Amino acid sequence: MRKITNAAGRVVTSEINGEPVIPFKGIGQHKPEARKYAPPVSSCADYPSDGDKRIGSLALALEKAGLRDGMTISTHHHFRNGDMLANQVFDIAHQMGVKDLRWFPSASFPCHEHLIGYLEDGTIQRIEGSMNGPLGKFVSEGRMTGTGVLRSHGGRYQAIQDGEVKIDISVIGAPTADQFGNANGLEGDSACGLLGFALADSEYAEKVIVVTDHPVEFPCIPWQIQGNHVDYVVEVEKLGDPSKIISGTTQITKSPDRLLLAELTAKFCEAAGIIRDGFSFQSGAGGTSLAVGEYFRKIMIENGIHARFARGGSNKYLVSMLEEGPINNILAGQTFDLDGVRSMANNPGHVWTSPFTSYNYHGKGNFAGLVDVVILGATEVDLEFNANVVTHSDGNLLHGIGG
Amino acid sequence: MNNQDKINQSMEQIATAGNRGERIRSDCFVSLQLKSSGGIDIQLKSKVESMFGKQIRLQVNEILEKLDVPHATIEIEDFGALPFVIGARVEAAVKKLKPSGLFWTPPLLSENEYETDRDRFRFSRLYLPGNSPSMMLNAGIHKPNGIILDLEDSVSPEKKPEARLLVRNALLQVDFYGAERMVRINQLPLGLEDLEVVAPHYVHLILIPKCEHAAQVKQVEERLSSILERVNQEREIYLMPIIESCLGVENAYEIATASHLVVSMAIGLEDYTADLGVARTASGEESLYARTRMVNACKAAGIQPIDSVYSDVANMEGLKQNVIQSKAIGFEGMGCIHPRQVPVIHAGFAPGESEVAKAEKIIKAFQKAESKGLGVVSLGSKMIDLPVVKRAMKTMELAYKFGLRDQQ
Repeated sequence: MRKITNAAGRVVTSEINGEPVIPFKGIGQHKPEARKYAPPVSSCADYPSDGDKRIGSLALALEKAGLRDGMTISTHHHFRNGDMLANQVFDIAHQMGVKDLRWFPSASFPCHEHLIGYLEDGTIQRIEGSMNGPLGKFVSEGRMTGTGVLRSHGGRYQAIQDGEVKIDISVIGAPTADQFGNANGLEGDSACGLLGFALADSEYAEKVIVVTDHPVEFPCIPWQIQGNHVDYVVEVEKLGDPSKIISGTTQITKSPDRLLLAELTAKFCEAAGIIRDGFSFQSGAGGTSLAVGEYFRKIMIENGIHARFARGGSNKYLVSMLEEGPINNILAGQTFDLDGVRSMANNPGHVWTSPFTSYNYHGKGNFAGLVDVVILGATEVDLEFNANVVTHSDGNLLHGIGG
Repeated sequence: MNNQDKINQSMEQIATAGNRGERIRSDCFVSLQLKSSGGIDIQLKSKVESMFGKQIRLQVNEILEKLDVPHATIEIEDFGALPFVIGARVEAAVKKLKPSGLFWTPPLLSENEYETDRDRFRFSRLYLPGNSPSMMLNAGIHKPNGIILDLEDSVSPEKKPEARLLVRNALLQVDFYGAERMVRINQLPLGLEDLEVVAPHYVHLILIPKCEHAAQVKQVEERLSSILERVNQEREIYLMPIIESCLGVENAYEIATASHLVVSMAIGLEDYTADLGVARTASGEESLYARTRMVNACKAAGIQPIDSVYSDVANMEGLKQNVIQSKAIGFEGMGCIHPRQVPVIHAGFAPGESEVAKAEKIIKAFQKAESKGLGVVSLGSKMIDLPVVKRAMKTMELAYKFGLRDQQ
């Protein structure tokens, strides 16, 4: 293992977890010349001709998918802190005596604290994705066997597309799915809006398992995840805790300091000429970001300005702007509350997107470049505009990197 | 009790200072026990231990050395306290067991080396509870004209001594971004003890609560001058008496003119209406006499009258109406109990278009007279005094500040 100074001036290692890694070469400098990674060719003859891919249990599906030592298992964070699926997957792996798995979630939440036991007993060797809450603390204390790798949503897509991470089994939780594996996030008890973070996994994983607690007859429309990518469908009682999947309480901050920050941010954007007719913006679902959105709304309504689109994290505030008129479209990457889910299901102007459309390094361009202004939260910012979004002042991993 | 007994007793006692609990931020809770041997034993519980544990221990050792405490056990539950807070808490705990004239202060922040002046605008003064560090840290970003570190009503009696030390350290270490730094002391005579602690440490203005007589102002003035003389500081600390009773209202002019250090006077309507024996209403008829009388006394004395706080922090429209009314009867500022009130109050007291236009005319006339070398300024048939020109300049300053005119 060598030490290399990367383009950002940081000394990094040439290998992580025994695998060679490419140091940061500078913005836009990484241009691999190979073809995209692809899963093995499949043939429809190997799948039921009646299209019914249902299988008795998740354990059976994982066994059929060939779960064994050292595999990479992916899950997703559509269910946020209400997710019950990832824990079940590793309960089964543990019961099967499988070791050294790489867990490749699109993000982790405090509800995954349960997995610390499996990190300790060797079922899971390491996490690549985001490590939040109790898992973040565990990893920050250096207690994980392998080295954790943080991946942004776009970086995750890139790693899947260029084969840096080969997913052996992807387990996709689907609020609604048919027996063929078509799935969406719009209806059912676990409705979460969209399944964009699972899109790459469905296309590139060796085996894809769709798990639903709201089965419907074919065709499940719209199919955000296409059944043609899916190997097995599992029906379960409950995928998650609805009250934690969708926050009933996306609320604007009441903190005077944060409100002032939001107001100054919006005024800056106005003064800089960013808020003009036909502009576009993106803001998160944190209380401060929501407040920025509200100040944007005031400025837009006062001046008769329309935004061509807003990128979400959609929530009731964006939805009301869509319904009242100051924004023409919402391009949502995820949905944070029930109003967001309702709007996405009913309003053709509220469109679901994925990291493929938005942050895709190996795409022929991406939407991120089309957004005029993005409001992001950071725990620390320095005078050089370097921002820290992953650790808090105690040094523990706190958040994912985001887009 | 002889001395040895006293020492033995203080050895057994545990003194505490600071705040703790789920919702406490930027503070710490210190428990201290003096020992007769064994040096300093620091038990630190902090979520920032890994990053700042070493500095915190170093600081605590430095403070204990300065306060002449060679042997002690000290437990610190830290919730993200900054050094000036830790310093105040440790010192407060020590002083409970071992009163002395020794003290530890953090250095003066260079950003805080600004002066004030008697004519500055005092539209908004933001009250900050004197024993709650988390509310002090970002208060300045809301750009109130003044911040009031309050030692009176917002601090419970048993917390007064530790709040004094915290306020002293905050005066030195918290950047209030140009706000005039005020301290509301306790009612006299307790307030005189507050002065001993805060006066030498860069406070701009002292608020004297429940002021009823000129003699109280004199008492504060005298104590201030003897403290400043003792610490060898040649500067003025301004005074703002608060009238909060019927008697205070009757003596308003006498209080306003009690000292040349009085630059402004405020009215506190919660206590006043209680003294009057009536309820405080939104429309305020019950206090109209007191307010107009107060305004008149201030104008006669050439100082700024400041209105009472508006206590419904969620009602911005009500506040706005209140400010309009307040300005209309002659008040030149208002207290704030929530940062979000600051911009509403500023907008309300901002000069109107006719005021700005008049100020522009006055300044033009002044510049014209100056360029001609004339000693006397006149506008139309009216002679203009220098204070009027000065006030016009202030008005223009404000007009620039509020974006009513472009500064050239």
